[in-house]
Amino acid sequence: MIVLFYNRKTKNRISTAWMYIAISFVVLLPFILGLGLYFKSSLLFSENSLGDLLFSKVWKPSIGKFGFLTFIMGSVWVTFIAMLISAPICIFAALSITQYSKKFYLKIIHPVIDILAGLPSVVYGVWGIIVVVPFISTVIAPLFGAQTMGYSILAGAIVLSVMIIPFILNILIEIFRTIPIELTEASLSLGATKWETIKYVLLKKALPGIIASLGFGLARAFGETMAVLMVVGNMVQIPKNVFDAGYPLPALIANNYGEMLSIPKYESALMFAALILFVVVMVFNALMRMLIVRYDKY
Amino acid sequence: MLKKIEEIFFRSLMLISNLLIVSVLVIILYSIFRKGLGALNWEMLTQRPHGGYYYGKEGGVLNAIVGSLYLSFGATLLATVIGVPVALFMNVYLVKRRKILNFIRFLLDLIWGVPSIVYGAFGFGLMVFLGIKTSLLAGIITVTLFILPIMIRACDEILKTSPLGLLEAALSLGSTKTETSFRVVLIQSFSGIVTAILLSFGRAIGDAASVLFTAGYTDSIPTSLNEPAATLPLSIFFQLSSPVPEVQNRAYASAVILIIIILVISLLSRALSKKYHKNRI
Repeated sequence: MIVLFYNRKTKNRISTAWMYIAISFVVLLPFILGLGLYFKSSLLFSENSLGDLLFSKVWKPSIGKFGFLTFIMGSVWVTFIAMLISAPICIFAALSITQYSKKFYLKIIHPVIDILAGLPSVVYGVWGIIVVVPFISTVIAPLFGAQTMGYSILAGAIVLSVMIIPFILNILIEIFRTIPIELTEASLSLGATKWETIKYVLLKKALPGIIASLGFGLARAFGETMAVLMVVGNMVQIPKNVFDAGYPLPALIANNYGEMLSIPKYESALMFAALILFVVVMVFNALMRMLIVRYDKY
Repeated sequence: MLKKIEEIFFRSLMLISNLLIVSVLVIILYSIFRKGLGALNWEMLTQRPHGGYYYGKEGGVLNAIVGSLYLSFGATLLATVIGVPVALFMNVYLVKRRKILNFIRFLLDLIWGVPSIVYGAFGFGLMVFLGIKTSLLAGIITVTLFILPIMIRACDEILKTSPLGLLEAALSLGSTKTETSFRVVLIQSFSGIVTAILLSFGRAIGDAASVLFTAGYTDSIPTSLNEPAATLPLSIFFQLSSPVPEVQNRAYASAVILIIIILVISLLSRALSKKYHKNRI
């Protein structure tokens, strides 16, 4: 009996110890990631100033000039246009799903969103290559009198927008559902129409949540790699219009890792690109999280 | 009258948005299946590529299928061993410590959003630091880091709905916190936890950017943790850029295989979460 008791205690001690180790690791993980990337890119800081790195557009690794502006602009363009496409679609879809839809339709749309959210990013890339790219070169570009192969900022943005739709939509649906039903019912009972209620009560109440969900989507889009890499064209230039090819930061990292291992400075430049992504995404997510703290049922 | 028109206008925008979302999924699945189903045959599933994955016309993608499964099982296993105890710790040991709990959830939400390419770059740095070369092991470590926050947060969402009374009853009957965690709380939410693990597995098998520099790519099937491993997403990515049409077909077939795996996972987790909601107290 005593042995058994001892056994239970030992088990408890071992498992508790493991839990402490595991949770310390997890809590430290963001700091380990950040510091690791910082040290890896420190070689670059020693010779170039931060301002130079971020705002110079001279990218000549062979003579040690690393200006990331071209790549940052590539990322900004793709992300921004993707947001322009997906934001209205997400807001309208979330409104109709939470306010108007019948049970029967929900049974269709929820699995659709789930599957879209689960599809791997390369699959979106393949879709981009076989559908979006030809569509842009044969239909959209001629419409605007532009000449392009289709591998362009626009292609990247379209693929990206489809990828982040399920992500934003899920958050939006959650947020609209946390708005107390009494509020909308009060408005309806005062004689407002359904749309007026949505416009003056629901959207107003949910505004911080809407902004936050778009912010999360933006952070997600900023770091998305494979799908964008496959369709965006990857030319080192600052895009002048949406039909130009671009070169976003994640694509820079993904494309160059293998070959550039031999040049230590190039490696640390790519680590710096990863650090930029890390910092931007963390800061953005932290800000948005604070914005919706009051919705959370933590 | 104007009110009516306005409402109709916005209702139609909503309808269009819904239609766009549904039809884009249909188009994605249709376009890829149309290209890939024709290329998918028995040889594709059971043979390795002959004459190099980039130029060789013969053979299939068995190397990538097996590599992907090894990698995702390994990473999911590792993440489960670390992640499930962490989620239990949060919901059994820390359940009364609101502030600490909120801080941990906040941190988890932050790293949840870190792009997989960043994990890939970090994993590569770690690999150099530890002195291992591109291999199955390096890939597993990187993917584990990537799916860990996802798994913990998903488990946590499930566990935090488990009633406090259950926990208190178990503790008051004299069970240790470990027993309470693993025999009461975990068992109670078991199907939910399995759903969370499946979700993480789906993430692991679909991600390419994190294994790009760490797992390597090879035509052969890895026999130990120290050998490089091919994965399905990378087999799509690399083979699609080949100029040889037969090789491109292998990429489309890989895409179909990957989609089918993801769909099966999604169906399974749907069924499981239904069960979970039925059994919940």
